[in-house]
Amino acid sequence: MSRKINMAVSFAGINLKNPVIAASGTFGFGREYSQYFDIGRLGGIAVKGLTLLPRKGNPPPRIAETPSGILNSVGLQNPGVHAFIKDEIPFIRKYNTAIIANASGNTVEDYEKITEILSDSDIDAIELNLSCPNVKEGCMSFGSTPQGVKKVVERVKKVAKKPLIVKLTPNVTDIVEIALAAQDAGADAVSLINTLLGMAIDAKTRRPILANITGGLSGPAVKPVALRMVYQVSKAVKIPVIGMGGISNGQDAVEFLLAGATAVMVGTAGFVNPYAWVETIDGIEAYMLENGVDDVNELIGGLITD
Amino acid sequence: MRLIEKINCIEKLNSDTFLMRIESENISSEASAGQFVNIKCGEGSEAFLRRPISICSIDRENKTFDIVFNVRGKGTKLLSRYDSGDEIDVMGPLGRGFTIDPSHKSIAVVGGGIGIFPLLQVLKDHPAPNKTAILGFRTRDLVVLEDSFNQYSTELLIATDDGSYGHKGFVTDLLSKKVEAQNFDMVYFCGPSVMMKLGVEVLKKHNIPSEVSVEQRMGCGIGACLVCACKTRKGSDWDYSHVCKDGPVFKAEDIIFD
Repeated sequence: MSRKINMAVSFAGINLKNPVIAASGTFGFGREYSQYFDIGRLGGIAVKGLTLLPRKGNPPPRIAETPSGILNSVGLQNPGVHAFIKDEIPFIRKYNTAIIANASGNTVEDYEKITEILSDSDIDAIELNLSCPNVKEGCMSFGSTPQGVKKVVERVKKVAKKPLIVKLTPNVTDIVEIALAAQDAGADAVSLINTLLGMAIDAKTRRPILANITGGLSGPAVKPVALRMVYQVSKAVKIPVIGMGGISNGQDAVEFLLAGATAVMVGTAGFVNPYAWVETIDGIEAYMLENGVDDVNELIGGLITD
Repeated sequence: MRLIEKINCIEKLNSDTFLMRIESENISSEASAGQFVNIKCGEGSEAFLRRPISICSIDRENKTFDIVFNVRGKGTKLLSRYDSGDEIDVMGPLGRGFTIDPSHKSIAVVGGGIGIFPLLQVLKDHPAPNKTAILGFRTRDLVVLEDSFNQYSTELLIATDDGSYGHKGFVTDLLSKKVEAQNFDMVYFCGPSVMMKLGVEVLKKHNIPSEVSVEQRMGCGIGACLVCACKTRKGSDWDYSHVCKDGPVFKAEDIIFD
């Protein structure tokens, strides 16, 4: 007898047919991976980080392999928000998946302006990037203090006409106070973690591997840190949490749901296995069938600690 | 496409260079000269990322293709340990290869070190009656695939840095001399960026067009992650293109060598 299970999750006015979202910066605008699998199977796509104007990004090398992960320093290369609206939204809309526009800026005004522009476009949510470690201005410099987060989110919330997700950096002393600041300033949800600031050195040449010297660490190496932060933040805030960091399969995703995440993002794993996203969806379903779980929502925050 | 394919054979060409022949109906029928495959070398997190490796030779009839690689680090070390009959996780063919214009009568390939490998298939596929191959190596012991390059070219010139085999010096010396006496419709480069930069400058004086195959550290290999950036001309400005999707082969005039 086949059992019917529910994979759909809803939060902050966003409806996802399953809790698996492609993480920003790893999936472009979906075009490349659409040649590998039906991207309409995804709960959502968080698109490549957008800025008001096109950005060239950082010089190469922009990637270094590290134990169980990678460091990247792309530096927000993107075609700008207007090109995204004109050229990319119509493409992604051909698929039945939520569009989450990841937005960055150098100044509070940039964040306000890009939010206004995106609010009038055909997207499902805005993910405010207050956590990119690879650019000099804006981003992580706002995201690393509760005051910085409060300042940006309050201003942006006033002009946002779409659900507002705030993406948090793990490169802080206490991520809980940052998440609370986002919540108090009006964020509809938080997503975490962005990459962990790190570096790699080539001992032979005595030079850093990345041209930018430092970069953001992602992949399985960061999973325990991400899981801990998602757990701590979920306990402290009332708004939904989107968890990410080293998720490669269904079991990893279930762990994040149990830690308190309402949805998860998968990214770096896809560089190695282009089917990682769909395999994560299938893996959650398989876990639910095996463990007699009818509704994926039952897993959220279901961690047993006694 | 991501495929699990079978290794037909693996052969040691010298102390740290290996030729691996992979059976693949898809890749052998779809691939063109200059494209690459992205290979998962180890299990799980061992050598986490895939390794992009150029296709050296395609046997469309027997549905196999060859890659040749130097053992340089973790990934290629793992790759060298595979045996005939083993399965291997391959994505490909990827990227844009060399342009082959059948109206061209005289072409040259110029390669240095591991850069020579993708040039073999250019010679195999190009219908030009005159095909010159100019290959550079550090030293005699590192000279590989001489017979294959000989078979598919009309003239083969070899340079070694130390003069232990062929011309003592660089491939660009040989190229400079060659273009004084002979015109080429197209020249194909693959090798160290300084070699390609010098070579392209030599050709510019003679108005000979060329294509270059560029190398950069890659992530996804299909154009989504944007890490493998290289500087290219865009009108009067420049922008970062991506080696995995826009390349690895570019028109020489589009590349800004740093």
